[in-house]
Amino acid sequence: MIDSALTGSYGYLFNIAIILVKIAVVVGVAMLHVTYATYFERKVIGHMQIRLGPMRVGPHGILQPIADMLKLFFKEDIVPAEADKPVFKIAPVIPIFATLSSLAAIPFFEGFVIADINIGLLYLFAMSSLAAYGVVMAGWASNSKYSFLGGLRSSAQVISYEVAMGLSLVGVMILSGSLNLSDIVKAQQQYWHGMFLIPQFLAYFVFMVAAFAETNRTPFDLPEAESELVAGYFVEYSGIRFAWYYAAEYLGMIIMSSIAVLCFWGGWTIPPVIADAVPALKVVPGIVWFLGKVYFHIFLYYWVRATVPRYRYDQLMALGWKVLIPLALANIVVTSIIKFMS
Amino acid sequence: MLPKLFFGYFAIVMIALSLAVITRRNPVHSVLWMLVLFFHIAGLYLFLNAEFLAAVQIILYAGAILVLFLFVIMMFNLKEELTAERFIGEWPIGVALGISILMLMFFSMSKITTGPPGQYTIEAIKAETHTKAIGKVLYTEYLFPFEIASLILLIAIVGAIVLAKKRG
Repeated sequence: MIDSALTGSYGYLFNIAIILVKIAVVVGVAMLHVTYATYFERKVIGHMQIRLGPMRVGPHGILQPIADMLKLFFKEDIVPAEADKPVFKIAPVIPIFATLSSLAAIPFFEGFVIADINIGLLYLFAMSSLAAYGVVMAGWASNSKYSFLGGLRSSAQVISYEVAMGLSLVGVMILSGSLNLSDIVKAQQQYWHGMFLIPQFLAYFVFMVAAFAETNRTPFDLPEAESELVAGYFVEYSGIRFAWYYAAEYLGMIIMSSIAVLCFWGGWTIPPVIADAVPALKVVPGIVWFLGKVYFHIFLYYWVRATVPRYRYDQLMALGWKVLIPLALANIVVTSIIKFMS
Repeated sequence: MLPKLFFGYFAIVMIALSLAVITRRNPVHSVLWMLVLFFHIAGLYLFLNAEFLAAVQIILYAGAILVLFLFVIMMFNLKEELTAERFIGEWPIGVALGISILMLMFFSMSKITTGPPGQYTIEAIKAETHTKAIGKVLYTEYLFPFEIASLILLIAIVGAIVLAKKRG
């Protein structure tokens, strides 16, 4: 019965239904991760500063993100009188659209990816570069000086660091010979350590610094520097539109962490040397390793936020153009020479 | 039938979007319509199995160049721009020039003969992936034009830096 459905004219519909179910699962799980990433952040930073973090709602404040979400949904939505209304209303949709569409190309474990495309890595770049529009449009349309300055800072920052980020992953592309993320993960199994992190440590460093800047996180959170710009580009947003920006920022962190895990940490696989030593570990599903590595990277974001002070704007630009880009270029040259020689 | 429908959609919407770009009074709105236009161009590339070009179209044009456009336009004093005269006095000459170029294109279109098909059929590109195919051709057969293009870009970069660094 099912076989005939697969091969018959209903095969198309069946495939579409499977894809829709996959999308629903991925978006649902990702949004749940976003809500709890905020809780995790407040707890981690709280304990690093010898506080307790949220404690009131539920045991150890476990229901705090649910309460926050409900509050955001029911808050009044205010549009400034002098704002450019169509642009103001479209702006928050763009980052959440771009980040959610990025999820389509990420393989979470062996064989599970919504769209297994040949240019997976380039697609992720394209989507992450789009997210900048949400920020720039919000800054301009709000008709407020604080928003505007935040928007300008962010667009300059994102363009600069995108170059370094793209160049840092060229080394990975050279070593794996592919832009398909599943192939990149499989290519890492050729080493005993099972990850590009070791031959590409320089690229990993450049990528992580650029990822912090791309997602506007501390120490590069100048677009939303509270002490100077109140809240930066989303000063004028409230209610659900503000929530879109907030969700997109956390989703952006999750996606950047996923790219780091897929390209440098071997994705859903574990190092072959460990898998051979402890064969029992082969039974553990790949999603466990993948999520574990992603959670570590998200923890890294919070760790850095609790540790490092904010950069000055000229320092940020100098770091991007004079340190990261030359490092990434040097990495490409060295990697190509080694690949050519062997 | 379906491919024709797809192409028809892209062709008509792209013309409409181009018109929207040049007729908006507010330059920021023009740039945003251009963003939508770039997405349609990328869609057209995908439709031609040119996935690498589609991705590069979004990354470079939408993600970098257009953001720079926005960056510059947002610095303008828009209040002045919005009240300024939209057409200069010589617009009839412009219209005449435009119509004559359109006529030229229209008549030359019917005389175009396509070249012989190369080794890259759709099946060949699908087997080899588009990125690999374009890389091979670009770095072997068209290496010289490719290097000339990169040299021109380099000159433009150097020129921009020289102009920006000139003080007073």
